[in-house]
Amino acid sequence: MLKYLFAKEEDIPGGSASIFFGFSCIMWFIVGTGIGSFNAAKLAFPDFFTHYYALQFGHMRQVHVHTVIFGWIVGAFAASALYIVPALGNTKLWSEKLGVWNCMAWNVGLMLALSTLWFGMTSGREYSDFMWPIDIYIAFCMVTPLFINIFMSILNRRTQGIYTTNWFFAGSFFMLIIVFLVGNAPEFFHLTGLNEAYMTWWFAHNVLGLLITPVAAAITYYIVPKVTGNPLYSHRVGHLHFWSIVVFYSTPAAHHLMSSPLPEWLKSFASVEGVLILVPAVAYVCNILLTMQGRWSMFVENIEIKYTITGVLLAIPLNMQGGFQQTRAINWYVHGTGWIVAHAHLALLGFSTFAEAAAIYYGLQTMVRRKLYSLSLANFHFWMLLIGFSLYWVSMTIAGLIQGAGKIYEVPYLDIVIAEHPYMIVRWLGGTMVFLGNIVWLYNMYMTVKEGEKLEHGVLPHEVAYVR
Amino acid sequence: MGFREYRIGSIMFGVALATSMVVTIYMPGLDISNTTATATALEKQLTYGKVAGFDYGDPFLHGDDKPIKVILKKDPKTGATIDETVAYVFKPGTSLPSGLVHEHINGAAIQALSVSLGKTDQVSVEAGGVYLVEKSVKDGVETPYIELASVTRGWTIDATLKAADQEILAGSGKVMFIREGCWWCHTLLPEQTHDWQSFGRPPMLGDFNGESPTTFGSDRKAPDLLHVGSRNSSKEWMMMHFFNPRLVQPHSIMPRYDYLWGGVDKKGNNIDLAKWDEEFDAYRDGSRVYPPEVPEYADNSEIRYLIDYVLDLK
Repeated sequence: MLKYLFAKEEDIPGGSASIFFGFSCIMWFIVGTGIGSFNAAKLAFPDFFTHYYALQFGHMRQVHVHTVIFGWIVGAFAASALYIVPALGNTKLWSEKLGVWNCMAWNVGLMLALSTLWFGMTSGREYSDFMWPIDIYIAFCMVTPLFINIFMSILNRRTQGIYTTNWFFAGSFFMLIIVFLVGNAPEFFHLTGLNEAYMTWWFAHNVLGLLITPVAAAITYYIVPKVTGNPLYSHRVGHLHFWSIVVFYSTPAAHHLMSSPLPEWLKSFASVEGVLILVPAVAYVCNILLTMQGRWSMFVENIEIKYTITGVLLAIPLNMQGGFQQTRAINWYVHGTGWIVAHAHLALLGFSTFAEAAAIYYGLQTMVRRKLYSLSLANFHFWMLLIGFSLYWVSMTIAGLIQGAGKIYEVPYLDIVIAEHPYMIVRWLGGTMVFLGNIVWLYNMYMTVKEGEKLEHGVLPHEVAYVR
Repeated sequence: MGFREYRIGSIMFGVALATSMVVTIYMPGLDISNTTATATALEKQLTYGKVAGFDYGDPFLHGDDKPIKVILKKDPKTGATIDETVAYVFKPGTSLPSGLVHEHINGAAIQALSVSLGKTDQVSVEAGGVYLVEKSVKDGVETPYIELASVTRGWTIDATLKAADQEILAGSGKVMFIREGCWWCHTLLPEQTHDWQSFGRPPMLGDFNGESPTTFGSDRKAPDLLHVGSRNSSKEWMMMHFFNPRLVQPHSIMPRYDYLWGGVDKKGNNIDLAKWDEEFDAYRDGSRVYPPEVPEYADNSEIRYLIDYVLDLK
């Protein structure tokens, strides 16, 4: 890949940037889930690798979070966007060279960001933990070039309309730049007090709500019709999804702080808006599942559809939890417990990871024009992810309910820790399964590029890939 | 193809996003910024200084550039016995908290009293200063304010430090609290609906003015610490607990913070961790009657900062 950094634009094969991002994000996923598994081991067995400054839980917890968010999730978004946007516009990517440089800047920046964070250089603000020079780097050297590439490719499209997926790509990466610059304003301008606390959660809410959820959905809007051959069930419902994301999903930031002394009107407003998140959520899930009409056998037979639809089905409990757990009636019980940790992993490791894995599987086959090396390994990866995630999610949800009960009855805290111990072990096992599955995935994708069967021109991978 | 058929859509998108930001940032921002600080907020600002996270003054989060909280029992200038007084010493060059730099942070009444009675219009980073939190009545309401004691009472930095009964490095300690990730498990936010019995009073609206970052945490895997210093004020217990939590709480999942001792004890001798662990294992397995001694920490060690901070959370 590095040889393309200084190549002429016309000498860079189409898809290079996307392949570069695709392999980077799988590697970051392995690193991120590996750290996650290590952290989980520490919560179950606190004297595991003790004495070391760098390997202490408090230093590694946020490194895990940011590795999976920026390395895996957003990296996979970039990989997907850089091939889906041109494909939907019937055109080439605006600049492959910019894309390759973007991925280079992405990996270098992330390495720098994570290592400074690891060694304690933090702003002390959850989800915006990076110190502010890194935030500026992320906004201008990582996200802005990506947005420019996507936006210019859409402008240069050779089709009449813009498909749903591309509204989300263009809108979300634009909003990501805004969210990054506005959400980190407390660090740039030294805002303090509750303003800082509120802006921290404004950022955290919107980086998830205006980026991760909608872009993961956008990917499924592409994969499902493309692979099944069914047209999208309804573009109008797609409109409803897009606009209600912008209008409703961008507003309930304060529902993350329901038990803090923020102004009451703000919490009530956020809570009501938080329930309205169900509007885009229901519209989206119905739209995709109805698109599957008559093609449900592919849910079993086709690996990309298996991944995508599993992700969409996981979006149902995700959104039901998300809509209601932030209301005062429920939040007082689950706030700050493992329930929320389980919910966060349902969003990132459940819904969006499955959608993105489908996009990476599909995209890498399309771009290198080779069939998947091993369907069995892909299925193995799928089940490792799904079982590992389920163990994690169920055990953390139970642990959260135990914590919630302990919290409202004011049980001495150590008893809660003792009660949670078995679930901490299960959580660690689940996380480790995800980590091991990802190593298999990297091997499978590497072998696909090296030895996968070549696809003829005019044939899409899913049309032949799994005929055995 | 451009965006010509999407002109209205693009405009609507901009309008929707801008409206959302007005409602979720500008309006709450106005409301929160009009909050009047409580005495707690003033004390926190003077204890923790400017920023406890990454900043020019302390880029590697070593706990530099922070004020020193001292307890005085005699007047530093005259030497006369006084009621126990908390003073905050900013050595020359120490960055100031927001409330001393910007006039709208603490609220109009506090600002007016701080300037008229407290002389905080004369603050200076270069010269440093000694600060107090005092109370007075303004418009019939008891109002806290900040007093620059170096001007009003002639307390110099050196004399105050010399007269101090106790130096509390809680400002540096908050940096440790953030850097070591204590707040990933310990919240600083007793919740309004419960938590009163075990964790104490939830914070009030004005308790955070000028604090940066607020770090009250979102995920509670361990007890809330906002009032921990009132529940447990034993330095020895904290020292044992930080060195190895399993020493005092056999089922605790807290990490060991033995490395914050910096490898040496108070007398400068190297700490033999391997030997300590061996003795501890023997104690845990029942083949030793007493646990090994936890080494006393050095006065400038990071663990000292952290324990000062935790015990200062009253």
